[in-house]
Amino acid sequence: MRQLIHFAADYTGYVLRGGAKFYAWMGALSLLIAGMTYVFYLQNTEGLIVTGMTSQIHDGLYFANLVFLVGVAAGAVTIVFPAYAYHHEGMHKVAVLGEMLAITAVIMVTMFVFAHMGRPDRLWHMIPIIGIYNFPHSMLAWDVLVLTGYLILNFVCGFYYLWCKYTGKPINRKWFMPVVWIAIVWALSIHTVTAFLISTMPARPMWFHGMMPIRFITTAFAAGPALIILAFLIVRKNTRFWIEDSAIRLLTAIVTWCLGIALFLTMSEVVVELYARTEHANGLYYLMLGLHGLTRLVPWFWASVILMVGSFVLFLIPAFRNDMKLLPIPCVMAFAGIWIEKGMGLVVPGFIPTPIGEVTEYYPTFVEWLMTLGIWAFGFFILTILLKGAIGILQGEIKYGGQAAVAK
Amino acid sequence: MTHEETPSADPAREQEAERAVPPASADPAASAPRASRRDFLKAGGMLSLSSLMGTAALMVQSDNARAAIEWAEHFQKNYRLMTPQEKAEARARLERRYSQEYGRKVNVDTTDAQPGVLMGYALNVRKCIGCRRCVHACVAENNQSRGSRPGEKIEWIQVLRMERGEFAKEKMNQGYPEGLGIQVGGNAYTPAGEVLEGQYRYEPAAVPEKDATYMPIACMQCEKPPCVKVCPVRTTYREPDGVVVIDYNWCIGCRMCMGACPYWARRFNVNNPVLPKEEINPVTHYLGNRPRMRGVVEKCHWCLQRTRHGRYPACVEVCPVGARKFGNLLDPESEVSLILARKNVFRLKAELNTFPKFFYFYD
Repeated sequence: MRQLIHFAADYTGYVLRGGAKFYAWMGALSLLIAGMTYVFYLQNTEGLIVTGMTSQIHDGLYFANLVFLVGVAAGAVTIVFPAYAYHHEGMHKVAVLGEMLAITAVIMVTMFVFAHMGRPDRLWHMIPIIGIYNFPHSMLAWDVLVLTGYLILNFVCGFYYLWCKYTGKPINRKWFMPVVWIAIVWALSIHTVTAFLISTMPARPMWFHGMMPIRFITTAFAAGPALIILAFLIVRKNTRFWIEDSAIRLLTAIVTWCLGIALFLTMSEVVVELYARTEHANGLYYLMLGLHGLTRLVPWFWASVILMVGSFVLFLIPAFRNDMKLLPIPCVMAFAGIWIEKGMGLVVPGFIPTPIGEVTEYYPTFVEWLMTLGIWAFGFFILTILLKGAIGILQGEIKYGGQAAVAK
Repeated sequence: MTHEETPSADPAREQEAERAVPPASADPAASAPRASRRDFLKAGGMLSLSSLMGTAALMVQSDNARAAIEWAEHFQKNYRLMTPQEKAEARARLERRYSQEYGRKVNVDTTDAQPGVLMGYALNVRKCIGCRRCVHACVAENNQSRGSRPGEKIEWIQVLRMERGEFAKEKMNQGYPEGLGIQVGGNAYTPAGEVLEGQYRYEPAAVPEKDATYMPIACMQCEKPPCVKVCPVRTTYREPDGVVVIDYNWCIGCRMCMGACPYWARRFNVNNPVLPKEEINPVTHYLGNRPRMRGVVEKCHWCLQRTRHGRYPACVEVCPVGARKFGNLLDPESEVSLILARKNVFRLKAELNTFPKFFYFYD
């Protein structure tokens, strides 16, 4: 128990100290978080009228980010899996950082859920026993279950590992390894269920196909590791913690081929839908070319295509993917491209046209952008703290009673 | 157009406010009218006393009471799980809050489904003239949000105005209407049946229009409703008499049901409904037309406040051409049952297996 208090105190003390650069970064994020708090207050006093959502298009920017971030959370498994299944040395060293990213992403998802809900004050209605939990009928109930489970699993795995490093105790592999394996499979489940959430609605033909889960997973395993590579490069530059080139190379290969498969799946969908060009293709048609003169998402779609194809090509060029100075370029491109494709590009056209054929458009308001920015800022805030603390412990800068860490 | 039909919807409402229940309906709320009149007078008395005490005092007082009621509402259970005692309390609470908010006695009915009744609806598409009286009567009857900002105005019925398609000689050599086609020519047909933004809010000088056909649509009260399946908190469910209802006080506003509905029957309250005091219909049902709140979903419930007392829904009553029929599907002699037995009927989007109890027919 005393160790636990020490751990908490040392951890907090370590993560809150930093140079001017650190405080400037956290201060800037805090400003955006303050903005987010204000618009959240607005939404829950004025109502969602302050957003661009209507009864026609009732899921917007928040839902789009939610879907995307579930993918980022699942993407953390691209570190954990090679580390434990293939005993990849470079990955094993940083596996805990992947878990920290997963924790952050799930917390951000939760915040987007709150932003999306009409009545966040009634969330307790979902809690079993005091409320009603429509399980197993409601897909959303499944989603809540897997996301909560994933958060707990990653929290347990990540902080138990750090705790062992901190105290110098050996890891109890008897229960730790099974939990790690469950977490790996669980990562797939969170994104599969999120895909089912929207692909099980025949009312929305654009989403109603069995390819949705695999498309979700491939894009997740491209966007997630792309973000992780960026984070690793920043960590390498700003801390004394060295992340092996081999780890970054493996992640690059994963991003490349998941991106390739994702592009292939998108192409398949486009061919199938537009060859026959039934009314069920109207959503996709709106996205790609516009419908009845409404073309708001068209530039977004083509931007995403250019970003994804462009980054795929760049990843294939050895000079690019092996140069750690150039690598961030395709990573940012892939991340941005998938954010568009899987966010606004997937969620919004699902509502266009509506089931009765009405074609309307969706304009995210300033409130929505500020909320989104604020939640991302909050995510980076948490991620900075979690990564800093984890790296401090891995480096041996925080340890119990000054003992050297022996845990592996 | 609007001015013309508002009066036609009004008398019914006023009559209802006066008597609350028609003579035909017998017992369930027989005591309601007397109570409501007395309480109304009492409320009125209190109001004038309060206004003597000064506007500021009134505002503080009513705000506190309202806050206390809303606070209590926060912790109430899902309607289906309430004991009769809790239902009565919830009802009293709501009546108090609504009466205060709207400055007149508002009655919140909690009559249950009647045994042996399964409600059904049939609509004669050939007869509909597109006058949209049903839409306006529905808004007036069911306390929908008026307002003009985007997403604020709520209508549960849409009369889809669809252009008549036609083949034209001068278009014989045209390709597909919107690019991306290998085949060129053979597209002389002007497509029919497309609904663009707000096209169900048309206001023509006279109906029916020569170049249009009409397709009214609203909640189908499906036997296998996809909206009920996806609701994470079971706030929306099917009542024993077949109507899909929502406990507005239990809805968390996740909008999954809106995504799942193939008929676009559900509406989201983006803010506290814009419902002027003088326009409220004070005869309400807990699961029906009682005023909703910000952040919850609502939809057509076949006027439970009327139909559970043996009356027709407002849209059926107002339809000038008798295109709308309503009745008990379990009664072989009811109008709806007779239509199902004798006419050509179809269900909208039958391929989705939602099994609507809203039938279209023609004669």
